[in-house]
Amino acid sequence: MKAKKGTVRVITGNAAAAYAAMLCRPDVATSYPITPMSEVAEQLSTFHAEGVMNAEMVEVEGENSAMNVVAAASIAGGRTFTATSSWGLVYMYDALLQAAGFRAPVVMAIANRETPGILAVSSGQQDIIATRDSGWIQIIVENCQEILDQIIMAFRLAEDYDIQLPVMVNYDGFYLSYLSEAVAIPAIEDVDKFLDPLKMQPQRPKLQPGVPLGCGTHGIEIGFMELRYKHCQALQRALKKVDAIDAEFKGFFGRGYGGQIDEYRTEDAEIIILTSGGAAGTTRAVVDAKRAEGVKVGLVKLRLFRPFPRERLVKALKGKKAIGVIDRSVCFGWNGGPIYTELRMLSPEIGFVPILSYIDGLANMDITIPHIERVVNEVNAAAKGKSYQEVTWIPLEE
Amino acid sequence: MVIKHKNIFETENAWSNADKLLLCLDTGSWRTERPVLDQAKCNYCGLCALYCPPQCMLDKGDHFESNLAYCKGCGICAHECPRGALTMVPEREFDNEG
Amino acid sequence: MKEIRIHGRGGQGAVLAARMLASAFVTEGKYVASFPMYGFERRGAPVVAFTRIDDKPIREKTQIYNPDCLIVIDPGLLTLPTLFTGLRPESAFILNSPKKLPKQPNENLKIGGVVNATGIAVQEIGRDIPNTCLLGAFAAATGWLRLDSLLACLKDYLSGDILQRNLKSAERGYKEVEVTKW
Repeated sequence: MKAKKGTVRVITGNAAAAYAAMLCRPDVATSYPITPMSEVAEQLSTFHAEGVMNAEMVEVEGENSAMNVVAAASIAGGRTFTATSSWGLVYMYDALLQAAGFRAPVVMAIANRETPGILAVSSGQQDIIATRDSGWIQIIVENCQEILDQIIMAFRLAEDYDIQLPVMVNYDGFYLSYLSEAVAIPAIEDVDKFLDPLKMQPQRPKLQPGVPLGCGTHGIEIGFMELRYKHCQALQRALKKVDAIDAEFKGFFGRGYGGQIDEYRTEDAEIIILTSGGAAGTTRAVVDAKRAEGVKVGLVKLRLFRPFPRERLVKALKGKKAIGVIDRSVCFGWNGGPIYTELRMLSPEIGFVPILSYIDGLANMDITIPHIERVVNEVNAAAKGKSYQEVTWIPLEE
Repeated sequence: MVIKHKNIFETENAWSNADKLLLCLDTGSWRTERPVLDQAKCNYCGLCALYCPPQCMLDKGDHFESNLAYCKGCGICAHECPRGALTMVPEREFDNEG
Repeated sequence: MKEIRIHGRGGQGAVLAARMLASAFVTEGKYVASFPMYGFERRGAPVVAFTRIDDKPIREKTQIYNPDCLIVIDPGLLTLPTLFTGLRPESAFILNSPKKLPKQPNENLKIGGVVNATGIAVQEIGRDIPNTCLLGAFAAATGWLRLDSLLACLKDYLSGDILQRNLKSAERGYKEVEVTKW
């Protein structure tokens, strides 16, 4: 059985996020506006006003309340959605941790924007990094269609009885949030069918009037350890689940994204560029151009960031001669890119080959084709034994 | 790493010298209307200069004039003037200087 | 792939123009990608919008550095020093201006289209929103887009009286643009 072809509309990344949420029939869809995702809140309100979406729209005065509302509604058994960015994410931080502690399957869209320290209303992935140990599942997407599709898959993942974890779907602020592309919007009946398997599963516990059930009250000593352990195991189960749901989505809607990672021309590649988000799209074009010149390069696009796709990455990278990682954020702890530092953990399993860290695309700076070509050239040289620089902040060297 | 970038900030963090950096962008070109003063009504109270967001009012001794290189045409001076001495006039009614 | 870069000021509809262009090309079966870059998000401040069109899916998510076509909505932006940097050879230039182009603005330009979009917009729409007029001029001068495709997609963005006025404005842009070939 296959889904009908969707209606094609030219919409922005933000609108795609709102459409996806609407199609999943959330019970509560509440978000507070912030650049560059305000359009998500506006579009959700429009859907509600037009009677297209029946969700409860609680008007909150800030993101902290937004997350408190959706986390609470979620443990009362509702399907919930919210969206934010950067400082909004930071403002809701305590509630963010609560949502994860509750194991509340909230789905949140984030238009990534620069976060701590220096105010910058501009694109960057520091908000993902600032919340990477919140206990949420974090997925990063590359284009508008993927925003829409991944949010639908996020509900399927979050509410899965085996998982029960909140999910963040991340897309580049400005470069993707404001990007207009032709997006196939599935029929709502088809989205219903895709999410139907959730109805066949045991229902998760929920707060109900008259029933003396509490949630997330406290764990002390060994009780806390037990809950933390269960949380970590659930995150590990999410790894294979992401792949399985992607395969299901592809089978039904005809569009698949590779699950935890997407590999482009990696099989016979000698060197790999590893990156995420919109930059992965640009890298595909560079890979094709460099391949035409005879360079055996491939792209590994990191989609799932939390939990970290250890096994799939090892499988994709083992035997390669050098890897270049392009990060759109910084790891303050290790003076390099965050994805780069986490990838280094896999060196014993992939082989101790050169891994080069590139920091680019902070604060609306563009990760351009010449930048990525430079990365390919240097990684190629490193693969051939030339000495290389461990960390490069590309724009500062221009 | 061979850094070719010339530092914009003299300090370790984002301190900026307001004398050097407050009025520096070509914000005057953003304007779609400008404040015009009826000097007969002005009593040199200075409220327009105090309220001006980019602080681009020039003290002319007995009245203030907006510095057109930076005035963005927000209209706050006209709104705040207690004498109603300032009026916002559309840019296209002036011979454009550039 | 064709890369089109639109320069305007906040409030002139540059961003909407880029999106309308994208929609119009989709009706002709093209793949599209369009996004803006704002410096300061306010009326009057310079804004750039990028639109890519191709016969295959567009993967690049970067700004446009080598445009095949420049559309300039505010003639005041002609003084931008980097306006013509990176122009591809045999590219096109569409300008909103009441005056003719005195000479070929850049050696890489092959086609120039000038139209008094502000004047037409004030007449047809009643306000200085020249974007739809310029899109009509773009379609005529470059020949990359049919007028009916452009007119058909405007209803996705506008409705009622305002839609009718913009349809007229776009059609006049198409008919009244002065095209020069170098």
